This record gives sequence, structure tokens and C-alpha cells, in this order.
Amino acid sequence: MQVLDAKGIERTINRLAHELVEKHKDLDRLALVGIRTRGEFLAHRIAKKIFEIESKNIPVGVLDITLYRDDLHGRLDQPVLKSTEILFDIKDKDIVLVDDVLFTGRTIRSALNALMDLGRPARIELLVLVDRGHRELPIKADFVGKNIPTARTQEVQVHLSEKDGEDSIYLLNADEEKENRT
Amino acid sequence: MNLQSRHLLGLEGMSKEDITLILDTAESFREVLERPIKKVPPLQGKTIVNLFFENSTRTRISFELAERRLSADVVSFSSGGSSISKGETLKDTARNIEAMKIDMVVVRHSSAGVPHFLSRVVQANVINAGDGLHEHPTQALLDMMTLRQKYKSLEGLRVCIVGDILHSRVARSNIFGLRTMGAEVSVCGPATLIPRYIEQLGVRVYNRLEDVIPNIDVLNVLRIQLERQKSGLFPSLREYHRYFGVTKEKVDKASHPITIMHPGPINRDVELSADLADGPHSVILEQVTNGVAVRMSVLYLLGTAQ
Repeated sequence: MQVLDAKGIERTINRLAHELVEKHKDLDRLALVGIRTRGEFLAHRIAKKIFEIESKNIPVGVLDITLYRDDLHGRLDQPVLKSTEILFDIKDKDIVLVDDVLFTGRTIRSALNALMDLGRPARIELLVLVDRGHRELPIKADFVGKNIPTARTQEVQVHLSEKDGEDSIYLLNADEEKENRT
Repeated sequence: MNLQSRHLLGLEGMSKEDITLILDTAESFREVLERPIKKVPPLQGKTIVNLFFENSTRTRISFELAERRLSADVVSFSSGGSSISKGETLKDTARNIEAMKIDMVVVRHSSAGVPHFLSRVVQANVINAGDGLHEHPTQALLDMMTLRQKYKSLEGLRVCIVGDILHSRVARSNIFGLRTMGAEVSVCGPATLIPRYIEQLGVRVYNRLEDVIPNIDVLNVLRIQLERQKSGLFPSLREYHRYFGVTKEKVDKASHPITIMHPGPINRDVELSADLADGPHSVILEQVTNGVAVRMSVLYLLGTAQ
């Protein structure tokens, strides 16, 4: 079942960018860090939007959290390790972590540890496109695109044109498989 | 993505996909090595033992650094101070390791096949850090990583390995790996230092550097072990240098620049002239940096697999 279409995603990103600008008086300290893979694309889209609103370039970095996962050992299929690309100094920056879906919170825990190993930001906030609930750790998002109530067994799939050829969010039941996502 | 085997014993028979996975993962670890804090947590709680039955400084340091940067606990044995020199058999050593609940073993030994033997008698993952005249897979992987960074792809790349091919596990692992990745490999050296039937590994053999230099992109220059001279395999270092020493004069005969590699330690002005070793086409220090990254990659892929 589709819960948000391309137009809806665009409006949501628009709103999130405005919220970020509103909450951050000092845009010079702001930096976005997207969590691979889809967080990266979202972070770039938000940075572009902020540029349209404020004519300010916000630095964007990409974080790979593979090495920090708590389920790294004993998986049948190992996740592929990619690089972290944060080309600015995160020290004393206001970092906004960007991810597509907030679920158990474990990815965000890993991302916080990964980020801390790179330096000491002044502040870290969390922005997600979708919050689907079922947290297993005490983690909460500061900016939420859309709250989607789900059952534990359901799956939320965010498709972004940069990777999946379309912008769309689906809510799938356990037995459903969306085929066109790679 | 997982590697096919739970050990790294050699590159013979390893698939192109596995080599590519190791090299791609190693590229990601290069980024970790550029950070101010060069430590990441994936092997936290794992214990790795480095069993070096044969002397080695740089390979052992490279492995130890890689292990520590992945947050593993590390114990190192070297032949001098351990019970090996007290007459303990390899099997007993292995059983003792097993009893100490070790997760991974990195082993170097002067006899071929020791890592293979260990992999059959212990539960731990075994990594070959050089076995006799057989293989030295991580060296070949770091060589391939360095070449892939420079040339993007190994497909069709023309690589010549120069020197003592007969006693070189580096040459053998490079031949297996490079051939799998689609490179053209040749070897060059005095006839006494070229093993018989080496052509069967799919390489061309040259006995004159001048013949091979115009047709290659890369020279991987092997260390000439000074003790080989005593065994009469070549008359003198001076003569070796004259015919097989890689010098600027010889390399300049090619119409294009030739990349210079060396697994170290270099005998300057014996197998390789100092100006080439320090020259713009030398990637020798890149090899050393990539060595840590490639070893992190192998340890990570084997250590986190089920």
C-alpha cells in the first residue's frame, strides 16, 4: 500500500527544510549528515531546499554505519562496507543526522557512535522522513516527516528516485514483497 | 555479501567476486586510515594470535596494526621466544591455541601448507601471512589494490614480476590473483631463478629485461635475497644488478611511464635503483598503506562472517 507519493514526499521535504531553518538561527554552524544509503539522498535534497530558501550552502556528509552495527556478527549475509565521506570538521558543528526510516533506533545508536569517533560536534539532532515506532532504544527524532503507525511485522519501504527510480513510500505486510527495489 | 571460504589460505582458486569484495572493502578502510582516530569497533571482543614462525617485521606490524584498528585483542608469537624453538610440534601448538579460545590465527611459516594444516585442526579462522615458497595472499591483494587505484581496472593490465621467481611466494600469489582479475602477467629473471613449468600458470617468461620492458605497464620488482648468492644461483650482486637490476636507463627505453612496485625491504641499487624507488612512478609507499587496509578488509570479512 502506498502511503505517500512523489508530490507528498516533496512537500514533506520542503516542510522539514523550513523547520530546520526556523530552529537553527546560526546556519553557519549547521551541517547535514546522511546515513547511507537513502539518508544521503535525503540530506542532499534538504540542503538544496535550504539553499533555495536562504541562499546558504549547508555542508553535507555521508555516514556508513556498518562497522558500528550491533548485529554485525553472525549474519548470514554480511552488509557491504562503504566509505564514510564527511569532508568538513564536525567539531563544534550543529549536526543533523538524516535517515529515511526510524524504527528500532539501533541504526541511530550506531550512527551516534560512528559520528563521535570523528570528533565532538556541539549538538546532534535527528531528522527522519518516516517514524514508524517500535523503538528498542531511548531515541527520539527532532524532525519527523511523517508518522506512520505500523505493526511490528510490517515493512516500510522508502523509494527515492536517485536509487529506486521513483519517489514513493510503501507500507507492506510481512508476506508482501515489493519487487522493484534493489 | 560473504567470502566463499572462512580462511584466507591463498589466491589460487579464489573467485573474481571474492577478490573484488576484499579490494572494495579495503577501499572503505582506506578512509578509516585517513581519520584522526583510526580505530573502529567491528572486531571488539575477538582475539587474534599472530604466529610468526619465520622472521618478519613489516608484515607482522602491518597485521598487528590492522587488528588493533579493528579493536581486536592481539597476541603475537615470534619464533625466537616461543616454545616452537623448544621442540613442540605444530599440532600441539595448534591445540594449545584452541584451548586458549582464540578466534583468528595469522600464520607465517617457512614450510608450505602450514596454514592449510592449521585450518583443518583448529576452529579459528586462519590467515596465511606467507607459507614457504607457496603463497603470500595479502601481499598480492595489496599489490592488486594499489594497481586498481592507479589503473581503475586490472583487466588487460600488463604486469611483469622481476627477480627471484623460484623462491617467491609473492610472485605466485600475484600470478594467481592477477590472472583471475584478467591481467596479463609475465616473469623475468635469470634462468636459475625461474621455476620450471611456470608457463603452466599462464605467464610468459623472459630472460632479458630489455625484451619485456617495451610491452608492459607495471614492473613488480622482487627483493633479491642476499643469501641466494651463496647457493650459487647467480654469480654476484654486481652481475645481477647489471642484467636484472631495474634502472632508470632501462625503464626509459619504454615509450610510456612504467609503474614501479616492490614488496620491500628494498636492496637499493641491487634489484632496483634508488632514483626509481623514490621516483614519480613508484607506488612502493602506497603499497605499504594499502597493506594495512587490505589486511583490515580480510580480517573484517572473515571475522564477522557466520
